[in-house]
Amino acid sequence: MPQNEYIERWTKQHGKRLDHDERTRKRQARDSHKQSKDAQNLRGLRAKLYQQQRHKEKIQMKKRIRAQEEKNVKSSAPEEPSNTPLPQYLLDRSQATNAKALSSAIKDKRNEKAAKFAVPLPKVKGISEEEMFKVVNTGKKTHKKSWKRMITKPTFVGSDFTRRPVKYERFIRPMGLRYKKANVTHPELGVTVQLPILSVKKNPQNPLYTQLGVLTKGTIVEVNVSELGLVTTSGKVVWGKWAQITNNPDMDGTVNAVLLV
Amino acid sequence: MATLLPPPTKRQKTETAERARLQQEIQSIPENLGSIRVQFFDQATGSATGPAVSVPVADASVKNLETLLNTLQGNEDDDERVPYRFTYQSDGKDNQTIDILSDLYHSLLKPGIKTTEDTVHLYFTPQAVFRVKAVSRCSASIAGHGEAILATSFSPVNSSTMVTGSGDSTARVWDCDTGTPLHTLKGHTSWVLAVSFSPNGAMIATGSMDNTVRVWDAKKGQVLGAPLKGHAKWITSLAWEPYHLQESGRPRLASASKDSTVRIWDVVSKRIDTVLTGHKGSVTCVRWGGTGKIYTASHDKTIKVWNSQNGTLIQTLSAHAHRVNHLALSTDFALRTAYHDHTGQVPQSETEKVAAAKKRFEQAATVNNKIVEKLVSASDDFTMYLWEPENSNKPIARLLGHQKEVNHVTFSPDMAYIASAGFDNHVKLWNGRDGKFITTLRGHVGAVYQCCFSADSRLLVSSSKDTTLKVWNVRTGKLSEDLPGHKDEVFAVDWSPDGQKVGSGGKDKAVRIWRN
Repeated sequence: MPQNEYIERWTKQHGKRLDHDERTRKRQARDSHKQSKDAQNLRGLRAKLYQQQRHKEKIQMKKRIRAQEEKNVKSSAPEEPSNTPLPQYLLDRSQATNAKALSSAIKDKRNEKAAKFAVPLPKVKGISEEEMFKVVNTGKKTHKKSWKRMITKPTFVGSDFTRRPVKYERFIRPMGLRYKKANVTHPELGVTVQLPILSVKKNPQNPLYTQLGVLTKGTIVEVNVSELGLVTTSGKVVWGKWAQITNNPDMDGTVNAVLLV
Repeated sequence: MATLLPPPTKRQKTETAERARLQQEIQSIPENLGSIRVQFFDQATGSATGPAVSVPVADASVKNLETLLNTLQGNEDDDERVPYRFTYQSDGKDNQTIDILSDLYHSLLKPGIKTTEDTVHLYFTPQAVFRVKAVSRCSASIAGHGEAILATSFSPVNSSTMVTGSGDSTARVWDCDTGTPLHTLKGHTSWVLAVSFSPNGAMIATGSMDNTVRVWDAKKGQVLGAPLKGHAKWITSLAWEPYHLQESGRPRLASASKDSTVRIWDVVSKRIDTVLTGHKGSVTCVRWGGTGKIYTASHDKTIKVWNSQNGTLIQTLSAHAHRVNHLALSTDFALRTAYHDHTGQVPQSETEKVAAAKKRFEQAATVNNKIVEKLVSASDDFTMYLWEPENSNKPIARLLGHQKEVNHVTFSPDMAYIASAGFDNHVKLWNGRDGKFITTLRGHVGAVYQCCFSADSRLLVSSSKDTTLKVWNVRTGKLSEDLPGHKDEVFAVDWSPDGQKVGSGGKDKAVRIWRN
């Protein structure tokens, strides 16, 4: 269990309050009234922050409405399906084709068998240990020997990670610099999808960084592509695929990667 | 840094200990039950083989009953012996039918359906005397087509010839024994969507995206005359007139099209015999029954039954709530192979061939002295219906269970099973008699496109979007063979009527032939 999910754990153990549903319903019903009141009455910095937050919420809402509308539109498939031959039973069906296109593009690439071990970023600038680690010297003992390090770069830690006791924790990976998802681009199709990171496979700087899950430019990570619906030749769903990080996550605050096909 | 698993709790430990302590119940028959009286009836005619005989319950397994029945029938020699399937039909109103799976005790006595005091009436149906082995390896992967393969069909004669239709607007005939191309059937100007061998194996019909049907000589690979023009949109399905109904030297062919008509062609004179109009949407499937009826399924949610002689509409079967994708007749296999049976002996004269084809059809279709052709229809409304159009406009059963569109449905050659392939990644097996659900064959991870029974009805092969073929054991409902090898979706699969080979083709442009 991740360290911070104590509320979920509690509900799993003890269940919810008996009037939980009723309370949430009421809170929801009250919510619009509260928003209206806040919008009218808040002043100064609070009003500013409130408006910013509200602005973001409204953008999300509009996006969702638009997506819903798109879903409802019944677009008729073109009469002559363009160029890929399909059997009779698939002819009059409109299909979700993007993931499929991805899959076949990957397969075509595999058939070519070229550039098998090439990665998009072959060389990266080295990062010194001084830049990577900050020496933690809080407390008398720690200060004396200076054995504790804080990692100053973004990291990936698995969901089942729990921190060790203070006495044994040599490397601190700050919560604020942890990432779970990467924006992965498929190089040929130019499609970008946000996918969960599964693990860090190789950090070119130092094997220790690989072990610690440091995300720097050029790092190879494994991402979960199961939602793309790719299939291997033996008919199993492809789950993890490798990708290389193309940006400096510590500068940008986000992880961008390119899929290795 | 890895987190250690906590040791099992006391409760978990006691549970595992309990499980280890309790013995598995062994399927044994008690010795002290005495004997039971059994009377055998032929499923086809409904007549008894003789008076009831007394059988010790302890020995009343299917194997022993088979031996007993063979003796009663007078099949004394080893080569005459036939394997049988036994079913029990209750006399009451509920009309319950039960397959005897391993022995009488576990099927009838233990559930309390019958006691040892009663006389049990068992109906028997002969099973295929030959046994098809599950295909397990790819014997040939033949390149040749320039585009995806959309349809495939084996010759009814034997497993050495197969035809495939492709998106490169050709159909190709393959020699499956050597894994080499025989002929390329060029002439269509667009994708070949449907291919079909005539029941005598002499001709091949192909239907295409270019709105025409062409007929080819299967031996020489040459086109027979001009294309059959008339449809306004592409051809979706083809059906030959059953061999025993054909006028001598004047076979006919039905073609269904997107333009919502079905046309019946005189193949020799290349003229339209009849046009069946009445559907309001694209006709997806056409089947020509052995009693001279034509069954068509359409996007307009209906199934129509036509008289093939004069083209009049006999019945409209409407129950589906969405487009109907596919139809299967219980006699499909017998009609497809006509006079070609598993012995490989072909009658000499024309009249003998017709008689043999007729006999095979009647053998397949006769239940209780009546010729009954059952029809099953698969639809986009996630359900299937089982019909007996002869008797009623109403379906016998509604086959519920799929969670997405049902794309393909087939009857097993012995009519005991129905298999349905759906876009929900499952193949489902149903009882062919009453449409009761039997089991779900899980294993595919993509939509299942087509499925096909082996000639002895003991195996089933299914082709899927996940690039594999899978062979299933029908009796146990387990995966028998997994056949990876295709590099992309498998659109078409067919099992040769003699059971030797499976042919498949798909998006990776290669035809694969699989054998045991």
